[in-house]
Amino acid sequence: MAQIQQKDRVDYMPKKFVMWLIVFASFMIFAALTSGFIVYVGGKGKGLSITIPPIFLYSTITIALSSLSMFLASKAAKQLKFTMQRLFLWITIGLGIAFFVLQVNGWSQLVDMGVYFVNPNASQSFIYVFTGMHLLHIVAGLLLLLNSLVGSYRNIPQVKRIFWMEMSAIFWHFVDIIWIYLYVFLLLNQK
Amino acid sequence: MSTLSVQDHHGVHHDEHGHEHHHDTFLTKYVFSQDHKMIAKQFLITGIIMAVFAMLLSILFRIQLAYPDKAFPLMETILGRFAPEGRMDPNFYLSLVTIHGTIMVFFVLTAGLSGTFSNLLIPLQLGARDMASPFMNMLSYWLFFLASLVMIGSFFVEKGPAGPGWTIYPPLSALPKAMPGSDMGMTLWLVSMVMFVASQLMGGINYVSTVLNMRTKGMDLWKMPLTIWAFFLTAILGVLAFPVLVAGVVLLIFDRSVGTSFYLSDIVLGGVPQPFEGGSPILFQHLFWFLGHPEVYIVIMPALGISSEIIATNSRKPIFGYHAMVYSLIGITVLSFIVWGHHMFVTGMNPFLGGVFMITTLIIAVPSAVKTFNYLATLWRGNIRFTPAMMFAVGLVSFFISGGLTGIYLGNAALDINLHDTYFVVAHFHLVMGSAAIFGMLAGVYHWFPKMFGRLMDEKLGYLHFWITFIGAYLVFFPMHFMGLDGVPRRYYAFTEFESFERWLSVNTFITWAAIMAAVAQVAFLFNFFYSIFFGKKTTQNPWGSNTLEWTTPIERIHGNWPGDIPTVYRWPYDYSKPGHDEDFIPQTVPYSETMSSNLPHDFENNPVGMDEYNKWTNTQRSNEEVK
Repeated sequence: MAQIQQKDRVDYMPKKFVMWLIVFASFMIFAALTSGFIVYVGGKGKGLSITIPPIFLYSTITIALSSLSMFLASKAAKQLKFTMQRLFLWITIGLGIAFFVLQVNGWSQLVDMGVYFVNPNASQSFIYVFTGMHLLHIVAGLLLLLNSLVGSYRNIPQVKRIFWMEMSAIFWHFVDIIWIYLYVFLLLNQK
Repeated sequence: MSTLSVQDHHGVHHDEHGHEHHHDTFLTKYVFSQDHKMIAKQFLITGIIMAVFAMLLSILFRIQLAYPDKAFPLMETILGRFAPEGRMDPNFYLSLVTIHGTIMVFFVLTAGLSGTFSNLLIPLQLGARDMASPFMNMLSYWLFFLASLVMIGSFFVEKGPAGPGWTIYPPLSALPKAMPGSDMGMTLWLVSMVMFVASQLMGGINYVSTVLNMRTKGMDLWKMPLTIWAFFLTAILGVLAFPVLVAGVVLLIFDRSVGTSFYLSDIVLGGVPQPFEGGSPILFQHLFWFLGHPEVYIVIMPALGISSEIIATNSRKPIFGYHAMVYSLIGITVLSFIVWGHHMFVTGMNPFLGGVFMITTLIIAVPSAVKTFNYLATLWRGNIRFTPAMMFAVGLVSFFISGGLTGIYLGNAALDINLHDTYFVVAHFHLVMGSAAIFGMLAGVYHWFPKMFGRLMDEKLGYLHFWITFIGAYLVFFPMHFMGLDGVPRRYYAFTEFESFERWLSVNTFITWAAIMAAVAQVAFLFNFFYSIFFGKKTTQNPWGSNTLEWTTPIERIHGNWPGDIPTVYRWPYDYSKPGHDEDFIPQTVPYSETMSSNLPHDFENNPVGMDEYNKWTNTQRSNEEVK
């Protein structure tokens, strides 16, 4: 009485979909914060009335570059070029950390300009909330990238390696796009 | 994980499979379980405990409302400094109202309801082994559990639990010194709710991903039971709405702890002007109600889905207007995001904007009414079986109608000026989302108890529980409409001390005794529930003669749900009393080829091969008739 069974194979699709839903949920936080900004400015008639310091432009370029290197890392992983994958992952993580440092530097420049977090004009406080909430996402993204990097050094099945790469790529490109959204939002509202 | 198991020992067929070979310890089976069925039970029992707790709180403040002048020495024994000399402290009254609302809305009717039934039914009714991410599912429960502990724990801090109302409007919630309930209790409330939101997001993300990716073969979206449609859309609402609450709460925490002025302006506290300047408390209301309104649909939609399933099964009739039911759920989902302003008509909102919100609000009456009429049409001339689950499902329809009607009044910007923050609102939402959703949840418990525990609940106790709760809920909430029309404000500690409201004291006493009666009836449920887990009558595999997939799984509730392959689905879940079939139900797993005598042309709308077979079969039948 032989019984042959094909077990359900591990399906990564639902798990990858979970990442997309996390992205949507995170996006809603930023949508809510920026809508809150609009409601505040509209209701109180107080705008930012500052010029966004150029350091935020540099950080924007940094994170855009990190997105590019992330793309190259994913491509290398799919072509089984593991040295390249590791190299580009290291570059991505490095650029991510550089972005973090630039943002915190941006805060100190804002403080030097007299734009404080505790501020009777809450639209200026919003800058800190936007960037702070975004930096939290950067930290989460860096952890995912580290996970992929560790995976690339360990001997694990290629499907799993690609899966982790895809998970971190989805999230990393998302935090990149969110920052560009926030930066453009701030630029459009700076006067 | 592809394994090839060849079982050839002793010529006996073992019902064993690869994934069952790992042995569960007590810890992995009952505590840190990743099995969706166990997680569902954990959610249910935690939810029931929280519900009992919140119900006892409501009895406490009802006693205060009914006997504002009386001292109850027993109260001091139980509550200590919150009831000095047997008289309830006014601040504690506010905390009771706040925590009652918070626990009922979030912990019972969001986590207890969605958490239980989405977890139980999504994999079982769709034909999946488990959730998309079982680990995240486990995390979701344990965050909920921690949130519950912190929320109840807030009763043990010196100044008592949070007191600014479940909507935590600033400035009360933003200034720790504003009142006792704004201090440590409020902080704990925020901590608890942050964990709660994280838990709900993990759960919701899992539900959506599972529904979209893990349906069994043949289960296309239009073959899903209405329960799944409701849970799916509820989860989408949660994933989109809860992050907005996070955003609002983050700003609130900064105002509380860092000293920013997002929500605060021109505050004088105890004669001392505060440094806050330029904030807008209305901003918080916008952010809160952008979650808050979808939240009430997060509460009611699973209950509606559950009752769709139960009413169809127990009327032995297909649900009336399946597509209309789905489209109304979708309609409610979409509309729920553009109506939040109706909570804010009296905040000085631009009357034009108020008009817009009024129109969108009133439009929601359309899908809601479609659903109600469909329930009634399903019952119409059905072969109704009055199981306890059915009674509660019909009870839901009753509350949904009587509570929904008053929504039409409250949705009018002009009428709301009079009715806002009165007992009319209390009556409205307790009927339409409180009682209705609780009845949906109880209906689900009675209906799926055999699936969860392999035993049946006692019917007689179920009827007793139903009738007393049903009558009790109407006796409690119906008189409140009239109080509200008279202008009695909600959340007041002793409004009968005002001369103009003195006459409502007798009504208050009546309501309190009705509430106590309904609360006592819950003992029947609690006894029935916990007794039946261990000593209830053993169930058969499909006790209600139901079509959906969960009743094809073995009673023993194994890990992975089905011992062999997952069954394939061939038809929609509502083939009850189909003419020409020998039984009054045809499970979804029965192919049309096995039910030739009951097939209808519209069963093969997108299936030309099946249509050919059907025509061939009917032609043969006809020629056989002619021969006779």
